[in-house]
Amino acid sequence: MKILLSGNEAIAQGAIQAGCSFYAGYPITPQNEIIAYMAKHMAISSAGQAARKQLPRVFIQAESELAAINMVYGASAAGARAMTSSSSPGISLMQEGISYIAGAQLPAVIVNIMRGGPGLGNIAPAQSDYFQAVRGGGHGDYRLIVLAPASVQEAYDFTQTAFDLADKYRIPVMILGDGILGQMMEPVQLSSRKIKSPAVKSWALNGCRGRKPNVVKSFFLREGDLEKANLKRQKNYEIIKQQQARFEGLFLADAKMVLVAYGTMARIAKSAISRLRGAGKKVGLIRPISLWPFPQQPFNLKNKQVKYLVLEMSYGQMLEDVRLAVDGRNPVEFLGRSGGGVPSEEQIINQVKKIL
Amino acid sequence: MEKIFQRCQSLVDVPTHYCPGCGHGIAHRLVAEVVDGLGIREKTIGVAPVGCAVVAYDYWNFDCSEAAHGRALAVATAIKRVHPQNIVFTYQGDGDLAAIGTNETIHAANRGENLSVVFINNAVYGMTGGQLAPTTLLGQKTSTSIEGREKKTHGYPLKISEILALLPGVCYVERVSLDSPAEALKAKRAIRLAFENQINNLGFSLVEILSACPTYWGLSPKESLDWIKNVMQKEFPLGRIK
Repeated sequence: MKILLSGNEAIAQGAIQAGCSFYAGYPITPQNEIIAYMAKHMAISSAGQAARKQLPRVFIQAESELAAINMVYGASAAGARAMTSSSSPGISLMQEGISYIAGAQLPAVIVNIMRGGPGLGNIAPAQSDYFQAVRGGGHGDYRLIVLAPASVQEAYDFTQTAFDLADKYRIPVMILGDGILGQMMEPVQLSSRKIKSPAVKSWALNGCRGRKPNVVKSFFLREGDLEKANLKRQKNYEIIKQQQARFEGLFLADAKMVLVAYGTMARIAKSAISRLRGAGKKVGLIRPISLWPFPQQPFNLKNKQVKYLVLEMSYGQMLEDVRLAVDGRNPVEFLGRSGGGVPSEEQIINQVKKIL
Repeated sequence: MEKIFQRCQSLVDVPTHYCPGCGHGIAHRLVAEVVDGLGIREKTIGVAPVGCAVVAYDYWNFDCSEAAHGRALAVATAIKRVHPQNIVFTYQGDGDLAAIGTNETIHAANRGENLSVVFINNAVYGMTGGQLAPTTLLGQKTSTSIEGREKKTHGYPLKISEILALLPGVCYVERVSLDSPAEALKAKRAIRLAFENQINNLGFSLVEILSACPTYWGLSPKESLDWIKNVMQKEFPLGRIK
């Protein structure tokens, strides 16, 4: 069945479909539809939960983003599938909590529907939190898996994937979208996925009946202990890098120029590509879907003379990851706008013609 | 011979890291005795703060979570909502509960979260080296109020318990002290009542415990107990607030 949803609603519905049993959030534009949808639907779903002997579904409007992310920490420690959502300034406030979640090896889903910055910025769409998302964001050596949907359908699908990956690797997973994706409406094919009983989490806190007490923590004061824990974490990241790099490639076989863009920007890039192809220009697309781990493999193209043009709604953040992946083998150009500006099809086409 | 007294089941048999004369060891034990007494060890989940008591989970023999500085009540709120049948409590110092975590404290209390809070007030930041706390007394010297706390620049000792007592979601607030065995027994009764309130779904309970920090008060353990009784209790009077 297909229904019409906004990107924000699709994320919320995807979370419910994935068995999200705890949501805490604080209002901020442009993602308020998520908290409102969760308030409405988490409550309705609770009746059926008891009958299926599942954890209760909990919705809390927190007093701040600090409280929201720490509630997610607590809920996850208690074994729930936990999520929060916010937009750029709110995500900045959550960074300490995300670091603790990573440190305590807790699964969690965090949604960032990006707006313009820095500071209070504005409420227009942007992609300027890329560094914060893919480099960890808070203190300490840690990573999040970061998924970037480019359609409302993907917003719905990736949110479900996010919960599965979070549980599989015991790691926070971020859905990174922007205000356009959050607000636009598209038909969504609902999945027939059954809401699963929560996985047995032997490390979770639920009272130590019949077992030794569990402790959820990120504090390792004794010499050598933290390094050991961090090395284990890094090993997990290496496995994730091998298993979870995701991307979409388009017209890469004959491309003389490859546009690199994610999320909403990739949608605009696709429109530009179809017009350029119509005019005989051999242009392709690499759309990273996982921003961390960043897909390396598509940047080893057969055409050794290929040129790259990175497109972002920022002044060049993913650009650095593309340059690392290309490793000096090919020229990497950039077109970006930020603070509410979005590179248009015409701007992209003009830039491509200039370079090609 | 019949054994009539033994270590609590809720305490692990290890030495603590606390300074001589520190109140934390006593407070930990009182909590453990209450948990044992109510027979709830296997359903209790403790939330440890950031501060001297961060590794309380190394001493308690039940499930525990660490929380970021000030966020214990946000963490505890979520744990209790996910597991309403479990008994969830936080153990927090004055800096954690009444400075960096004031917002979480007030809002968890105002929501009437069905939680028990053990609040250690020693009028100073212990773990970081004896800085000015929200509860530091006027005139009290700390490493960041070298001439003593002065109302003009540092403001007044924060009576967070009295503030919380105003909120309808709060069912019980009492201030107790660890300056003598008799007072420690009263403290235990108060902690027990805070846990019983949770078992009976009555809402938010908080026990403020005046506790010694000889190291950063610059006093001997015995002088510290006298200081609680003769000085600290004048600013923070004992008894049931709500």
